[in-house]
Amino acid sequence: MIWWAVLAAGVACYLLKLAGLSVPARVLEHPLIERIADLIPVALLAALVAVQVFASGTALVVDARAVGLGAAVLLLLARAPFLVVVFGAAVVAAVVRLV
Amino acid sequence: MSNAALDPRERKGIIRDGLGVGIATGTYGISFGAVAVGAGLSVAQTCALSLLMFTGASQFALVGVLAAGGTPLSGALTALLLGTRNTLYGLRLAPLLDWSGARRVAAAHLVIDESTAMSVTRPSTPAARVGFLTTGITIFVLWNVATLIGALGGRALGDPRTYGLDAAVGAAFLALLWPRLRDRRNRATALAAAAVALGLVPFTAAGVPVLASAGVALLIGALWPGRDKTEWPEVDR
Repeated sequence: MIWWAVLAAGVACYLLKLAGLSVPARVLEHPLIERIADLIPVALLAALVAVQVFASGTALVVDARAVGLGAAVLLLLARAPFLVVVFGAAVVAAVVRLV
Repeated sequence: MSNAALDPRERKGIIRDGLGVGIATGTYGISFGAVAVGAGLSVAQTCALSLLMFTGASQFALVGVLAAGGTPLSGALTALLLGTRNTLYGLRLAPLLDWSGARRVAAAHLVIDESTAMSVTRPSTPAARVGFLTTGITIFVLWNVATLIGALGGRALGDPRTYGLDAAVGAAFLALLWPRLRDRRNRATALAAAAVALGLVPFTAAGVPVLASAGVALLIGALWPGRDKTEWPEVDR
């Protein structure tokens, strides 16, 4: 089942890229469509942050992951590179679990 | 648009910029590999994602939804929704890169945030092609090598929770989102989407809250006109 999702979503993501290079620009050249398409990643990424950090099954919890996210915010404010932000948050969450 | 041959100095500069962005971006495939294996994917599945899907946010989304207990279908749909932005990049790149046939089919695989950012601002087709290919190929090679390293490392580590790798996924999404939050409408969208998703968590199957948050983008996009200054993919990470 996971293999199916990996392969199907992988091929579909490629086709989305190819479609952009292939269809005439005017097909999607509507301000409303452009705006919505531009906002979709913002909405999804924010929802993913929220669910990834505060959901545990169907419960909402505040645990070590939230502290890790706080560390990520501080690192981003300090303009740390991507890998430092990601592994920094992991280290902080791991340390919180130890104490 | 000028199509004159590229000045060697300009060409060198574009290649240097592309390599810089490519190396910085490609190496964070390590975090993807480690996180994906922690989410329960096999090393082969993790590497297949980087080879086939090759668009970071979608890959993180698929494994993030699976890690949270979502179905493979909702994970795949979330990845696809995030992948739609590459279609928009392609639309802007097509006239600039000006490729057709087999070259276009091959180039399509490299249409991602960074290759777009490093080519869409170039003044000519040759300059855009050099920027696109240097960035795209560097990232493709490094991203896949780094994914394998991260996946093998993640498997050797054992339980991902011990090392806080479950917290790393949220941080990765936030880092991808961060540059877009300078815009007011984006901040409103992000807050509303996070609220909708959290509100749905107790009542829906895992994976559904994230998909439903796309509705926030529809609503705010329809009601709140105007341009977004941060719309272009951010290069400087």
